[in-house]
Amino acid sequence: MFLTEEQKGMLDGKKGEVVQRCMRLLVRLGEIYGAEEMMPVKSVQVAGVSYKTVGDAGLEFLQDFADKGAKVIVPTFLNPAGMDLVDWKELGFPEEFAKKQNQVMEAFRKMDISISATCTPYLAGNRPNKGEHLAWSESSAVSFANSVIGARTNREGGPSGLAAAICGFTPKYGLHLDENRRPNLVIDVLAKLESNSDFGALGVWAGKKAGKKVPYFTGIKSATEDQLKILGASMAASGAVALYHVQAITPEADQDISELEKFEFTEKEKQETYDSLNTAEHPQLIVFGCPHASINEIREIANKLKGKHAKKQLWVCTSRLVKEKAEAEGLVKAIKEAGGHVVADTCMVVAPIEQMGFASTGVNSGKAATYLPGFCKQKVMFRDIDRLIEEALS
Amino acid sequence: MKGRIINPGKAEGEALVSSEPIGFLGGIDPKTGEVIEKGHPLEGKNVKEKVLVFPTGKGSTVGSYVIYGLKKNGVAPAAIVNLETETIVATGVILADIPCVDGIETGKIKTGDRVKVDGENVEVLG
Repeated sequence: MFLTEEQKGMLDGKKGEVVQRCMRLLVRLGEIYGAEEMMPVKSVQVAGVSYKTVGDAGLEFLQDFADKGAKVIVPTFLNPAGMDLVDWKELGFPEEFAKKQNQVMEAFRKMDISISATCTPYLAGNRPNKGEHLAWSESSAVSFANSVIGARTNREGGPSGLAAAICGFTPKYGLHLDENRRPNLVIDVLAKLESNSDFGALGVWAGKKAGKKVPYFTGIKSATEDQLKILGASMAASGAVALYHVQAITPEADQDISELEKFEFTEKEKQETYDSLNTAEHPQLIVFGCPHASINEIREIANKLKGKHAKKQLWVCTSRLVKEKAEAEGLVKAIKEAGGHVVADTCMVVAPIEQMGFASTGVNSGKAATYLPGFCKQKVMFRDIDRLIEEALS
Repeated sequence: MKGRIINPGKAEGEALVSSEPIGFLGGIDPKTGEVIEKGHPLEGKNVKEKVLVFPTGKGSTVGSYVIYGLKKNGVAPAAIVNLETETIVATGVILADIPCVDGIETGKIKTGDRVKVDGENVEVLG
């Protein structure tokens, strides 16, 4: 692998032990994946933030790295934490968990990382431009950046993202290169997509078909950014899709697809996907915002709750920044008056909801519906917003 | 035997060989070095100061942090030898600075063999 003089120096330890370790990690990963050189990155998204995910092993690593003086040199943002960093007590998060979670955040803070705590950095002050190279982890954000924005990033892990943030580089392979951004299969959507959860169902189905490949969608007439966010997140959860194209909608969709294998998503596949994900009839907890809700989604939920009162716990998960916007519009108050909470910094998948006494959750997200049974031992209701709100009120 | 260096270094120790992949998160206790995965061929064995030989890694990416924890707690293997090192183990050994080589036919090494790892070379001393 070709390295500049500066990069060689970093590898030889001229910038200290932490930089040397990180550079060694990037070079070795580059060699494993056949990279010929390093490339600078504009921003980094670091995963492995919730104490529930990283545990003591991760906490100790992060503290040790921070104590050794690790500092990031490019704008670096964080995935959701395991709790609302402000309202955790009110929401019933366990004290011991909160203590550990705060230690994780402190280690990140010491490394100069923004405590953005969101899986949607592109809605919270870090929206990349088309063609920019990034080192993002968080599979749903990777998918959005590549597919909807046309920026370029591989699916990084927590440590490889952190190493890129500390060195400022990532090995140039995979989705940084044109040849790996072409589609390898076509999914023709014949089913009607009427709600955000329909996009989630399509994503769950398509992710299983695509695995690690790049799917190309035809037959989708229109899609909002929120719907594309949900589609990509679902495919990254049920498969490992990091890039997809939608004919006439996404920025790199001008592609030759005539030779590609084609699959059809009809009403039958849609219904089967809903059926396979639904395991609860009357969930105890209703959660929106996977990936983190946009201001539009919060407006929609606040509107639908107007004049009503939820009898069940109802959370709308979002980033701190979007929560502040929602507060300014009176939406946080409106949702609270209807018995719900706008929860920041965390989500139903990385929060310890099973420890908090919940055994079943209602969601409109294909990603959450895929992860909740395994990660949080939940039974799941996977339906659209209207059906879930009806459930919350009953 | 000659392999590919994943993390450079020199080490010598008794081999602990697994025919099955190892997942470090939930598979090995980072405090003691004991293999804790139920039903794993190495269950109950300790990796401390051993040359740990297994085909490849598996499981959660948090496993990289467990490898780092083993080193920090003084219970890490002396070296790791793989058939094919995947990203989780590669990330862990590099961060923890544990010598690691892949591209080695791990089936040719037996538990209890004295093994020397030096850069890309893996030697069974008998």
